[in-house]
Amino acid sequence: MGQTISEKIISNHVGKKVYAGELVISKVDGAMASDTTGPLTIKAFKEMGGEKVFDPKKCALIIDHAAPSPNERIANLHKMMRDFAKEQGMRLFEIGEGICHQVMVENEYVKPGDIFIGADSHTPTYGALNAFACGVGSTDLAATMMTGKIWLKVPQTIQINCSGKLKEGVTAKDLILFLVGKVTVSGATYQAIEFTGEAFEGMSLASRMTIANMSSEMGAKTGIVHPKGLKLDYDFKAVIPDEDANYVKTFDFDVSGLEPQVSAPESPDNVHNISKYEGTKIDYAFIGTCCNGRLEDLDIAAEILRGKKIHPNVRMVIAPASQSVLLDAIGNGTMSTLIEAGASLITSGCGPCVGTHQGVPADGEVVISAANRNFRGRMGNPNSNIYLGAPSTVAASALEGHITNPKKYLL
Amino acid sequence: MAVKTNIKAKAHVYGNHIDTDRIIPGKYTKTLDLSTLANHVLEDLDPEFNKIVAQGDILVAGINFGCGSSREQAPLALKQAGISVVIARDFARIFFRNAINIGLPVLEISDHQIQKGAKLDVDLKNGIVKDLTANISYEATKLPDIMIAILNEGGLVNYLKKNGNYSL
Ligand code: SF4
Repeated sequence: MGQTISEKIISNHVGKKVYAGELVISKVDGAMASDTTGPLTIKAFKEMGGEKVFDPKKCALIIDHAAPSPNERIANLHKMMRDFAKEQGMRLFEIGEGICHQVMVENEYVKPGDIFIGADSHTPTYGALNAFACGVGSTDLAATMMTGKIWLKVPQTIQINCSGKLKEGVTAKDLILFLVGKVTVSGATYQAIEFTGEAFEGMSLASRMTIANMSSEMGAKTGIVHPKGLKLDYDFKAVIPDEDANYVKTFDFDVSGLEPQVSAPESPDNVHNISKYEGTKIDYAFIGTCCNGRLEDLDIAAEILRGKKIHPNVRMVIAPASQSVLLDAIGNGTMSTLIEAGASLITSGCGPCVGTHQGVPADGEVVISAANRNFRGRMGNPNSNIYLGAPSTVAASALEGHITNPKKYLL
Repeated sequence: MAVKTNIKAKAHVYGNHIDTDRIIPGKYTKTLDLSTLANHVLEDLDPEFNKIVAQGDILVAGINFGCGSSREQAPLALKQAGISVVIARDFARIFFRNAINIGLPVLEISDHQIQKGAKLDVDLKNGIVKDLTANISYEATKLPDIMIAILNEGGLVNYLKKNGNYSL
């Protein structure tokens, strides 16, 4: 019987052919925790009798969610992480080095065909690399760091097939927002997603990461982009599904006519064509996150903002996904373009995405954000409203002071 | 410490898609102090929750409970606030695993009609929930064996302390 990508990757790790529904204990190729989940991971690791992590080269801690520390409480949690990393001989990514998912990919902690477990819900991002990557909580991660293993139910797979090429000015973010709207926030719970078809084939690694990233917004265990067209700096052996693989469900979309998409408050699947919200006044524009804080995202914003000034009633925050993205954006002039247009640059990391610091919106304010979540209170204030869009939409909206279709600035 | 297997308590009932930001906002999660978590649990959903919840009470929800982030602080906050079991039509998967891992029992009952304030009698071992107010009995979806083993030890920490590794 044929296998999906997930079934193949798990089979390779457990040494026998397994299929959806089977319960397995699998070895893993890597594990990481951030500063939201790391301290509890360390606590659980010690409590369960952990002494040494299974392989210090395959484990990492990242300080990204509240970096630099906004208060003494969090400073002490960061210190706990630094001490633990030193004690274990594993790498700790410091403040400003970047968002966990970005630095795991940039530093090759995860490669095609791997099983990677991260204590963060957007760990499926590595599905861009043809890896099986799942998010877990702190105690699960502690157990994985201790044993090098994870227990898993082999997931059923949903196939999402997108034919046609995206129009000029329509990006991977618009596509994934559209798909989240169709599949809904719980449409893929416990299941894996395979993204396949022409629309994904020409995508950069960065765009594939945007796609895989928001599998989490459909409740999926993992989301893997078909590796056709994937280009990496190193040689790799791609895992592709068998032709007779068994899918629990298949979605077929022709996306050649897709328009820019916006997700309205207060759920990521509340997605509509941008025309429905054009003209909505905004106070605050944010570009960053593990979804859309990469060079191509900053570049497209710079293309729109070059030589212009953002609207006087709008403030704009940029948080590059990593230090390496920041350096590239300085190198190619993108960063000065954005700052000259009036944007404010903050430390590479999660920034205001999760409402801990660095740019909490005020009561009644409206945010247009390139992030992946717009739940009530997500950015730290339950009395604000968050719209999600592509970086191009965020930039065009910052310019005009209201939600704006970026098309006219890109064609 | 194994969890209590028979619970008779009041139900607090909420709706669908309650995300982890609503269970415990991100701004409170960076702490190892469980009482801080409990003080803010569900505050953006029901500012009164903290005042009305009593030790041993049951939380009941619709579909996709606990969607969003992987923060284990969400089930920890509920447990610390006194919640003894969460019943939902279904759960987001990371929340589901986290709850079991920290020893907070969760039961999936896809067709429950439990109403606010209902008195429930829960038999965790057999996954039977009796709604004493409406006089209806429900059977929960069975957990995978490994989850039952973890729950029986009171959570994953104790499970691994005892067994040293996973086994099926
Ligand atoms: S950028 Fe936002 S969504 Fe991504 S890991 Fe950080 S907090 Fe989570």
